Amino acid sequence: MFTSVDDVSARLAESGYLASPAVATTVFLADRLGKPLLVEGPAGVGKTELAKAVAEVAGARLIRLQCYEGVDESRALYEWNHAKQLLRISAGRDETWDETRTDIFSEEFLLPRPLLTAIRGDEPTVLLIDETDKADVEMEGLLLEVLSDFQVTVPELGTITATRRPFVVLTSNAGRELSEALRRRCLFLHIGFPEEELERQIVRLRVPGIDAALAESVVRVVGALRAMDLRKAPSVAETIDWARTLLALGATTLDERVVRDSLGVILKHQDDVLKAGAKLDLDAV
Amino acid sequence: MSADVADRLVAFVAALRAHGVRVGTGETVDAAEATAALGFADRGLLREGLAATLLHSTDQRRLFDTVFDLYFPRGVGAPQDEPGDRDDLRDRLAAALAAGDEAVLARLAIEAVDGLGGYGSSPGAEGWSSYQTLERLRPQTLLARVRDDIRSRGGDVGFADRLLEDEIRRRIEAFRALVAQEARRRVAERRGRDEIARRAVAPTADRVDFLYAGKDRLAELRRTVQPLARRLATRMAARRRRASRGTIDLRRTLRGSLSTGGVPMRPVLRRRRPARPELVLLCDVSGSVSGFSDFTMLLVQALHDQFGKVRAFAFVNRIDEVTGLLQHGAADPEGLGARIRAEARLTGYHGSSDYGVALGEFVERYGAAVGPRTTVFVLGDARTNMSDPNTAALRQISEQARHVHWLNPEPRPQWGTGDSAAPEYAELVAMHECRNAHQLGVLVGRLLPV
Repeated sequence: MFTSVDDVSARLAESGYLASPAVATTVFLADRLGKPLLVEGPAGVGKTELAKAVAEVAGARLIRLQCYEGVDESRALYEWNHAKQLLRISAGRDETWDETRTDIFSEEFLLPRPLLTAIRGDEPTVLLIDETDKADVEMEGLLLEVLSDFQVTVPELGTITATRRPFVVLTSNAGRELSEALRRRCLFLHIGFPEEELERQIVRLRVPGIDAALAESVVRVVGALRAMDLRKAPSVAETIDWARTLLALGATTLDERVVRDSLGVILKHQDDVLKAGAKLDLDAV
Repeated sequence: MSADVADRLVAFVAALRAHGVRVGTGETVDAAEATAALGFADRGLLREGLAATLLHSTDQRRLFDTVFDLYFPRGVGAPQDEPGDRDDLRDRLAAALAAGDEAVLARLAIEAVDGLGGYGSSPGAEGWSSYQTLERLRPQTLLARVRDDIRSRGGDVGFADRLLEDEIRRRIEAFRALVAQEARRRVAERRGRDEIARRAVAPTADRVDFLYAGKDRLAELRRTVQPLARRLATRMAARRRRASRGTIDLRRTLRGSLSTGGVPMRPVLRRRRPARPELVLLCDVSGSVSGFSDFTMLLVQALHDQFGKVRAFAFVNRIDEVTGLLQHGAADPEGLGARIRAEARLTGYHGSSDYGVALGEFVERYGAAVGPRTTVFVLGDARTNMSDPNTAALRQISEQARHVHWLNPEPRPQWGTGDSAAPEYAELVAMHECRNAHQLGVLVGRLLPV
């Protein structure tokens, strides 16, 4: 899919995703070694975006499995279309049981869910398993089979093996500790907060029309906030939101009043707002 | 792949393993494939590639970086050019700090260690010390100069100006880290990489000794609380689920089999009472062990919903209940220890810890807190400052409670030395060595009742 790490960076950038060297390297390796990619990091640093961007530059179909507590095999893998099966049975009243039975467990009555869809497809595919940490432990067992051999077993149909391996991205906010076995099957990538320079570029790319000096101040203030050990440090998504807000407010430079009024855009807890206000010498937040 | 590269990689993996990173052979093979795909031309790419294939979690990264710098160094030997003198170095350092130029800073770190860090008499030097380099160079004193320099160029006006000092401080911090890394590399060249990797690499946060952790390591340690608590909670929930299925109750199974002629058709499972454990913590918060008890209390607080009830008591030589200060969400970890010391009455006539008096007072005032469903954790080094250990009080607690565990942050060989009453207490209750977060996690996971 990619020829070199630089190729990854360049093509991701074209699709509007500015990747740090770590991100580009890992994506390149995941593609080259054919291994799933486990991406961890705080919310809002672009984990899901990465999968979308890779799908876009590779011209691949993006299949997304959103995990949640209680997501199970029938939501992730496949289920039988019971309604259609019943219809089929009642439509053919005069045939023998054997005929009916073999019939209703065929492809026609199978409802493929994301994992099966990704494995069966023969076009290039990016499979995004989003927020893996939200799913139950049992789900991980299922993923192990799928991710190590890229195959799925449907008892009535046999084993379905991928003809073309999908590019798999798993994301996690580390809400729960993923099992060691799952981690071992994946390349591991931690996306943290970006370097100042990279974040400036991201802001300017995502918020067109923002003044360069303002973008720089925004990134510097956000950097200072991150160093403060807050309950929820602002992430890239918040930086962009803030830049947009400032633009909408018509601010051309940062001053005390503007920062004070818009601090709520980047900080999500009242005690964080107070703490940041004190450290930034804002009077009366 | 050449044999040399393979050897290097295997030695590197071995060094990681020696520091507690679990790397399997499969990952090593992946790493080799990654090096083949990436090549050695770009060191940054190689570093990221190896990290992606060898690591499984974020907290190992710092350790990884240090070991990587030893095995895949930026350069070999001394820098080419003559080292400049101290003032010249300081001038160039100030300029680089003002510009925030990382490449120049890295070069300056190499020069500084070469020029200022060498000690010993043999040609070149016997060793290189980052401490000595930084003592002579004193980068922290450049702060005002760099700030004025940036301001004088008018590059910075307005709101962001008030962030300037902190930013420069962070750059200086980064430079100090570069110097430490360079000194380590030079020493490793002389004395063998494997040995330095074994000895001079700072452990991951969960293996930092509670008693010797500096201020910054304690902060890092606190950040490991949440992940550790989450891991424990997952494990405890799984254990509880398994346990609720229960074991076979042989008596009732046989009793039931009478109706089927003695054939046990239906196994009867023993039922468990779904009681959540109650927990009482007795924490020594005197200066010498405060890092340890703070950390443990934070961990328990993060595990709060796993227990029916948690009560925490802090003592130095008087004991006082601090459960209220531990309320979920209320505590900011940084100030916890300080708040406990400020708000609770912990000391009497003197300020050193006295286990005998504290335990006695606990039995007297809060004895009712301990019942047959309670697990008691005592946290402290059992150093009584030569006063009466009052084993009777501890015996009484252990008779009332379901379990009592004593977690001691001192290494086991030191128990009983000096004023330590550890052996006396250890005869009454189970005492465990608990020196770092890793051990604490294992212990808490093992000791807590289902």
